[in-house]
Amino acid sequence: MTDASMDSGPKKGSLTTVDARTKKRNAAEKRFKAYGIVAILIGMFFLVVLAASILRSGLPAFTQAEMKLEFVLSQEEFDAAEGQLLKTKAYEGIFISKLQDALTENGMSVAFDAAAIERLLGKPGSMIREYFRANPDKIGTSVTFSLPASSRVDGYFKGRVSRETVVDSRFFEAKDLDLVDALADAGIIVRNFNWNFITGSDSGVDNPSGAGIGVSVIGSLFMMLVVLVLSLPIGVAASIYLEEFAPQNWFTDLIEVNISNLAAVPSIVFGILGLAVFIQFMHLPQSAPLVGGLVLTLMTLPTIIISTRASLKAVPPSIREAALGVGASKMQTVFHHVLPLAAPGILTGTIIGLAQALGETAPLLLIGMVGFIARAYPEGVVSGFIDPNSAMPAQIYTWAARADAGFYEKAWGGIIILLVFLLTMNIIAIILRRRFERRW
Amino acid sequence: MPLLWLFLLVLALAIAAFVFARSRVLAMSGQDRRSLHSLPNYYGSNAAMKSAIPALLVLVIWLIAQPFYVNSVVSDALPDSAIAETSSRSLVLAEVRRTADGLDLAVSTGTMTEDEASDTGAEVAAVTETLEEAGAIVTAQITQPVLRAAQQFRVLNETGHQIMTIVVLLIAAAGAFWGIKETRPDFRARNVVEQGVRVLLIAAASIAILTTLGIVLSLVFNTVEFFRLYPASEFFFGTNWAPSFSGRGGASDLGILPLMWGTFYISIVALIVAVPVGLFSAIYLSEYASPKVRAFAKPMLEVLAGIPTIVYGLFALLTVGPLLVSVFGEDGLGWMQAGTAVMTAGLVMGIMLIPFVSSLSDDIINAVPQAMRDGSYGLGATQSETIRQVVLPAALPGIVGAILLAASRAIGETMIVVLGAGAAARLSLNPFEAMTTVTAKIVSQLTGDSDFASPEALVAFALGMTLFVITLGLNVLALVIVRKYREQYE
Repeated sequence: MTDASMDSGPKKGSLTTVDARTKKRNAAEKRFKAYGIVAILIGMFFLVVLAASILRSGLPAFTQAEMKLEFVLSQEEFDAAEGQLLKTKAYEGIFISKLQDALTENGMSVAFDAAAIERLLGKPGSMIREYFRANPDKIGTSVTFSLPASSRVDGYFKGRVSRETVVDSRFFEAKDLDLVDALADAGIIVRNFNWNFITGSDSGVDNPSGAGIGVSVIGSLFMMLVVLVLSLPIGVAASIYLEEFAPQNWFTDLIEVNISNLAAVPSIVFGILGLAVFIQFMHLPQSAPLVGGLVLTLMTLPTIIISTRASLKAVPPSIREAALGVGASKMQTVFHHVLPLAAPGILTGTIIGLAQALGETAPLLLIGMVGFIARAYPEGVVSGFIDPNSAMPAQIYTWAARADAGFYEKAWGGIIILLVFLLTMNIIAIILRRRFERRW
Repeated sequence: MPLLWLFLLVLALAIAAFVFARSRVLAMSGQDRRSLHSLPNYYGSNAAMKSAIPALLVLVIWLIAQPFYVNSVVSDALPDSAIAETSSRSLVLAEVRRTADGLDLAVSTGTMTEDEASDTGAEVAAVTETLEEAGAIVTAQITQPVLRAAQQFRVLNETGHQIMTIVVLLIAAAGAFWGIKETRPDFRARNVVEQGVRVLLIAAASIAILTTLGIVLSLVFNTVEFFRLYPASEFFFGTNWAPSFSGRGGASDLGILPLMWGTFYISIVALIVAVPVGLFSAIYLSEYASPKVRAFAKPMLEVLAGIPTIVYGLFALLTVGPLLVSVFGEDGLGWMQAGTAVMTAGLVMGIMLIPFVSSLSDDIINAVPQAMRDGSYGLGATQSETIRQVVLPAALPGIVGAILLAASRAIGETMIVVLGAGAAARLSLNPFEAMTTVTAKIVSQLTGDSDFASPEALVAFALGMTLFVITLGLNVLALVIVRKYREQYE
């Protein structure tokens, strides 16, 4: 009986059995930990989705459908074509008949007319004429022409355009796809690596397949030169003063407060500054990499100053004391001993600051580095600084803002190139840090 | 490039002074370096410094001051009759400057000789035609007074530059002479040079102050100009944003409230995404994760912070927008009309902010003293109970500071909203509708417009001012909170 009454009492927990409350607490513990893991996984998931969508949408920009045709132009054909009134039209006729021959050779017969070829290629006549007029010795020999296909044809190969979605217009008709299929089977239309995308200039709004990022890469390069030349010496000088010489007074405090605030000012405000001061007030040329570089310098300075001060602080005081002890002046101590020891850290910080500046877009929009301006390579060094040009991120924005979907692919491709630059810079920074970092 | 030549000439003078002063002091000491006060290079540097720095300083000041002087002289010379009723003096001055630029261009391309360009008796129509031929941008019909003023403008600029070249070179030569003259073995060259370097260091450090000053001045001047053309009360309390692009003045509604609402709505959505994810990541990484997991996961999350915002903008426009439309759009729930919406921009901005929240909170949680955790464990609390009831309350002020910093980032972010949020300014509660923000409107009001006289362009400066004040306030508040919190545990 006594046993039974003891059983009916409240159950006490023990080391071997777990009571309900402990179970609840342990479950809460597990749940809490799971939240953390889920949060990290969400972050990683976003990163993976971002990377995947960049690669999936951007890689096709590096290939381009081209029509490759090898043929012989005889002297008689050349003379006949040059004798015509509409010369390029005559060359187009020659091209079409040669294309017809090539297709029959491959055992295919598709009927097509000049209009279809123009929809697929633009107007090939003038290019062929110019080639033979420039190289008359090539007449009578076998010449291979590679002509970029229109963005619709390109899109068909990349799955952007399909038979179901294509809408007949003066740019493209559904029946053209039969011709494209036949040409692809005959090996006349091929997908090649698109060098023009990497080295070329921007193209007009209706020609996505001709657009390239090369000129705006040069624009970015000139901007980065300005940023490097200005922000590195100024940033290092400012940090040396603040870290090694500045007395504790209101002026030093004012500088410190300004630097920490500038680091958090939105980038667009720097764009307004550039517009008002450099363009409106000083009348520097609009859309010039020089002005872009100046604005980005002001933006990058706080980053460089903060990292330089950290690496100056990391040099142990014993180095300074030893130098002062053997009779060096304060200035000699800093420039001969502290600065060389802090150099790897300063360099790393500078590269990271430059990488940030390279990806910055918003201020460039305000000083006019957008739109159809990256049209040709600058003629020289001075023209590279002051002639209107775009920069990589601004060029990407320009493409993203255009109506033709063919430009979206170019924008993603441009992002891949931009990220390759950023990744390279960051890897260099990491290697420098690993290689030269000293622990005191 | 005469300016570049002038600069190089001054540098060459400085180098010559360096070499000369150095060899002079060595000769004076009779090749016995021990009799010198400083190392020979210091004597050279002293001469070079005295030659180059004052000359370059004068050059910079001259370049900034001359346009003001020329502008005021030309402006005074312009007769009142030259200014049409619909126009203003500053617009006519801009026209004068354009004409002068056109004349310069025409002379440099060879369509005009120097004599023709400065011929005060030239026919206006003929000059306009030649300018157009040379490819200069001549917007309106050039009038007689404008052409005269442009020619005067050119003459003044030309003579100004000539005088500047002479003055700068004279100063450089005089400085070099002074530096060389005082070069004697007992001259304390090192002290002088070090004093000079110190001044240069202070000048470099002051650039931060100058930048802030430049930002504030350029915002304030243009904002005041804007409020002269458009009433401030209507700007701050207007609920309609409808700038007109064709007409000047009057016709536009420039109320900031719809833009502020869009900005805050998108920021709130972004913070709803970023704060829980970032905070829980920080808690896990600092309290639970093994060193191996931490070494892998922390840099991975921080990669998100290193990606340029244009990439996020494109991601919003081309990936997230269409994805959301396929779920909430016509085919799905029917809430969403187009890919650009508050939700699209907010979600992507949230992703961008995750590393800000996580790495800042991580630092702050790590700063909570271990003794507090140990005390809690000693009383029998589990790890999660310790975090929730001891660590987080202790770190709360710092975490609030981190969230405020993230909010200031969200409010100032431009590219994501320009590409992802749409262009329509409206006051609506539906997060699947397109709205626009302060930053997006700054971009749209200032791109492609080089005329800063209209209220439609000047409003961008007032918007920028508002943005600057709000983000500055948030940053200062956050810094104060974080600093207070740090002091508590140090």
